[in-house]
Amino acid sequence: MNLFDFFRPKKPKSASVAKERLQIIVSHERRRSSTPDFLPQLQTDILQVVRKYIQINENQIKLSLDKRGDCEVLELNISLSESGKP
Amino acid sequence: MSKVVVVTSGKGGVGKTTTSAAFAAALAVRGYKTVVIDFDVGLRNLDLVMGCERRVVYDLLNVIHGEGALNQALIKDKRVGNLYILPASQTRDKDALSNEGVGKVIEALRQSFEYIVCDSPAGIEKGAMSAMYFADEALVVTNPEISSVRDSDRIIGMLASKTQRAEQDSDPVNVHLVVTRYDPVRVERGDMLSADDVCEILAIPFLGVVPESKLVLAASNSGIPVTLAEDNDASEAYFDMVDRFLGEDVPYRFMDVQKKGFFSRFFGS
Repeated sequence: MNLFDFFRPKKPKSASVAKERLQIIVSHERRRSSTPDFLPQLQTDILQVVRKYIQINENQIKLSLDKRGDCEVLELNISLSESGKP
Repeated sequence: MSKVVVVTSGKGGVGKTTTSAAFAAALAVRGYKTVVIDFDVGLRNLDLVMGCERRVVYDLLNVIHGEGALNQALIKDKRVGNLYILPASQTRDKDALSNEGVGKVIEALRQSFEYIVCDSPAGIEKGAMSAMYFADEALVVTNPEISSVRDSDRIIGMLASKTQRAEQDSDPVNVHLVVTRYDPVRVERGDMLSADDVCEILAIPFLGVVPESKLVLAASNSGIPVTLAEDNDASEAYFDMVDRFLGEDVPYRFMDVQKKGFFSRFFGS
């Protein structure tokens, strides 16, 4: 830092921006890589079962595995659009 | 007891081959019988960095396929007595590397070498996976730059799950972080991730930094591992890391800006 920098306005340094972005993406990717391999297959299987009764597409079904405290939660979300009603 | 050390990173161009050559040569200088193997089939370069490209006769794949004996393929370094190089094949496909074949070669090398340094190719394809498969120790080479750090994180995950040690449920591979092309001036200005930042994100033990140095290119231009070149910061940094790796307590260097004089402090940077 020299004398002239002292009078310039401060803006966020690029290194701290980089660190923040990395922390977010790395923790996201670690979580994803730790999810078991069977999830996509389970999702297709559920989709087929549901489709026997209601016409939905794969975007309307969301399956995720999360850790909350000590227990693991398998969350299944099926959203029904207007056209999906029987 | 011999040790297999993989030098890996995920991203290309961060200094894996430079580090493999420098680290292996420094281990040999410290008195350990060392061999460095190039796993970059089809794009070999370790021979150039080590300065033995014209002495390659047989390569790793020739040995795996029984077309040449192991001691015919090993190239003895002319500068350090107990340093050897096992080059990669330039003509074959990466898929030619099988864990079974590589395992036999590693097992044979374990009989006569104390350190077996495996120079991994970039990426997460077959070559990189077989370079890490038999590792006892891993050097994760990272530049203080976002794409390199992210790729290193992926590789650290694979070292924990895709190696022989992981598959056999034995002790995990010992991983060490090596931050290369480090520029303390830019770190102080806030334009470059600090070694502390990289350590915090990757959360693995820190072996040290290699400062950005013109002599690294000069050494590879002349086919000399940087640790065998004339005295320079990068070479000292690699020797520090090798000594830490061998269990010595060496203070960290090259992490801070060199103190400047009164005038440059005010008028230049």
